[in-house]
Amino acid sequence: MKLTFPALVAAAVMAAGPVLADLVVPNLSYRTGPYGANGTQYADGFNDYFTLLNERDGGIGGQIVQVPECETAYNTEKGVECYEATKDTGALIYNPLSTGITYQLIPKVAVDKKVLYTPGYGRTSAKNGRVFEWVFNAPANYWDGASVAVKYLLDQNEGSLEGKTIALVYHNSAYGKEPIRTLQELGEKHGFSLTELPVEAPGQEQKSQWLQIRREQPDYVIMYGWGVMNQVAIQEAANIRFPMENFIGIWWAGSEIDVQPAGAAADGYKSLTFNGVGMDYPLYDDLQTHVIDPGKASQGGQHVGSAVYSRGMYAAVVIAEAIRTAQEMAGTAEITPEQLRDGFENLSITPERLEEIGLPDFGPEIAMSCENHGGSGMARLQQWDATAGQWTLITEFTEPDQEVLSALIEEDSAAYAAEAGITPRDC
Amino acid sequence: MIYREAGDFKTSYRADGQTFPIRLDRWGYYAVLAVAFGIIPFVINDYWANAVLVPFLIYAIAALGLNILTGYAGQVSLGTGGFMAVGAYAVYKLMTSFPDVSILIHILLAGGITAGVGVLFGLPSLRIKGFYLAVATLAAQFFLVWLFNKVPWFYNYSASGQITAPTREVLGFAVTGPATSAPAKYLVCLVLAFLLAWVARNLTRGSIGRKWMAIRDMDIAAEIIGVDPLRAKLSAFAVSSFFIGIAGALLFAVYLGAAEVGEAFGINKSFLVLFMIIIGGLGSIFGSFAGAAFMVLLPVLLKNVLVGNLGWPTDLAAHIELMIVGALIVTFLIVEPHGLARLWRLTKEKLRLWPFPH
Repeated sequence: MKLTFPALVAAAVMAAGPVLADLVVPNLSYRTGPYGANGTQYADGFNDYFTLLNERDGGIGGQIVQVPECETAYNTEKGVECYEATKDTGALIYNPLSTGITYQLIPKVAVDKKVLYTPGYGRTSAKNGRVFEWVFNAPANYWDGASVAVKYLLDQNEGSLEGKTIALVYHNSAYGKEPIRTLQELGEKHGFSLTELPVEAPGQEQKSQWLQIRREQPDYVIMYGWGVMNQVAIQEAANIRFPMENFIGIWWAGSEIDVQPAGAAADGYKSLTFNGVGMDYPLYDDLQTHVIDPGKASQGGQHVGSAVYSRGMYAAVVIAEAIRTAQEMAGTAEITPEQLRDGFENLSITPERLEEIGLPDFGPEIAMSCENHGGSGMARLQQWDATAGQWTLITEFTEPDQEVLSALIEEDSAAYAAEAGITPRDC
Repeated sequence: MIYREAGDFKTSYRADGQTFPIRLDRWGYYAVLAVAFGIIPFVINDYWANAVLVPFLIYAIAALGLNILTGYAGQVSLGTGGFMAVGAYAVYKLMTSFPDVSILIHILLAGGITAGVGVLFGLPSLRIKGFYLAVATLAAQFFLVWLFNKVPWFYNYSASGQITAPTREVLGFAVTGPATSAPAKYLVCLVLAFLLAWVARNLTRGSIGRKWMAIRDMDIAAEIIGVDPLRAKLSAFAVSSFFIGIAGALLFAVYLGAAEVGEAFGINKSFLVLFMIIIGGLGSIFGSFAGAAFMVLLPVLLKNVLVGNLGWPTDLAAHIELMIVGALIVTFLIVEPHGLARLWRLTKEKLRLWPFPH
């Protein structure tokens, strides 16, 4: 047994290597497991945008983009396996859509010299490009999200949250714990008190947390959830008749599949987002002609236009723009990961450029630099309209409280640099 | 005809009591060692190390540990994931608190700390058995995971509760951290797996192992013939947890590099290791390796065949893979309830008679 397995695996690996050349952007997706419903939509959006570029423009700068997919099931061990399996195939960039896998890859990409792009997730302090040379998390990170949510609440309360209570319902993992420190700091600054309510993964069991919310009656609930946890939380909130308009989810808790199970009771639920929603963008016409109609859409195009699909597509848009920038800077279409990193550091996505792409006002303006790998951190709020069955954008892009955040990012990235023995670069 | 005892004369008790009494077995064993130590380190690449061999060796150590407790001493445990977490967090705290001490010493110390925790959670085994003990160890699993999530001291107050292994070297070669080369990773795990398997084999055929087996087979009878159940059971917990702690330390420090307790050491891990020893064979050293190979390598193999060679969509392949692995487990257990080790033993017995069975 012991001898035959490796031999067979060897045979399989030998035969499995993808063709070299082209631009390789592996998609470490998850379409199975407790987060599969969300992961599928994200992966579809990610794949479809690159398919569109290949079909319509012949790739980026004349180079076809290959998107080999590898299933991680949101599991870190499988994530490592996928990374190792794809890294020698000319891969330029990784976007694993999992904070756990991101933490694993952050040290590895610095050694293997691959770009890691974690839009809206991953390690927040990776925004500090002086410490995290290979990691980018524009347009917004978890702390930006927490701050934008608090800012919105300040607006709702005439600028003061004095004496209010906010409950944080979070996925008890690296992902959910990220905003705690920020919210504590913001609580001190604005005088609200924070109740932390961890939910064990995957999050099907939340009775006790919502019982506590019912007993303590916090003014607002902020949720950092993902996958099945969101559906259960929204259902539980409906069960205890918590006012939905006081319930704000992070962008990962803001997709159609999260609110639909609760039906009409979910009406008014709010969530953050850093990308536009709905299909009211010119790009979708091209997508229809070049990808969906010829039957080339990922998984048949059943999720086109959903919130998570749009987010996956937005990640692909940013990566494609960075590749284009890198190609212009390097003067060659066949770029290396180093050149792509430079492309990211000089990336600028203006509202005009978004309009050219066919996605006007779809995302915030992004301008990155050597020290800023996280962009502006702007996000906006959307609200669920249960009767129409769609999300409505209710605010403009809002800037987070950089004063509080930049100090925290400085502190956390310095701690990482000390732990990992990194000397921050000069920028 | 070739595989037989005949002609292989033993002239001392020592030779008679050796682990591999048949010459061909011995040669096979030496050949495996020669390949593992002499050839693989020179040809291994990152994919082979990180996706195949390192997890296989680490899970083999964990399976050895659980096999000592469950297979040899008969104490069912569902706390393996929790004990692995103890090893991982112990090695993390030691690595970050005493950066100058060798990582190998830290790994062994992490095993020692886990042994202590294992003895503590093994105390209920003196009063309860079987399913009841399984539930008590299940409590250990949940308690330990909760503890490492709850107390920030264990993860050095990091914002996300993740622990990340810093770079540590052995003889000038990095064995933890991102810059670790594939051969270094592999060799550290291989040396520990080899040593621990050797220790396990010799413990289990010596007087301690006989006491464990006596307790397993019938504890009252064992007590009557003079086996002290307190010492036998607690020593089984200690040795088993030592192995599992080392496996946890390696899993975190050498293999994953970063870990999060709920995800890396959850209840699934306890079941995974338990399945390994059930499929591999309870009370068998070879079975621990075979079970680990089955559970670690088969999914990777199936994935490579289905996605890489046949070009199936990844989600379909992932689902089919679960079904195939599940079906194989059920089939194996129906055909041979005593696991792969028993299958191997039967094959060897048949080989001895081949080609002239009675």
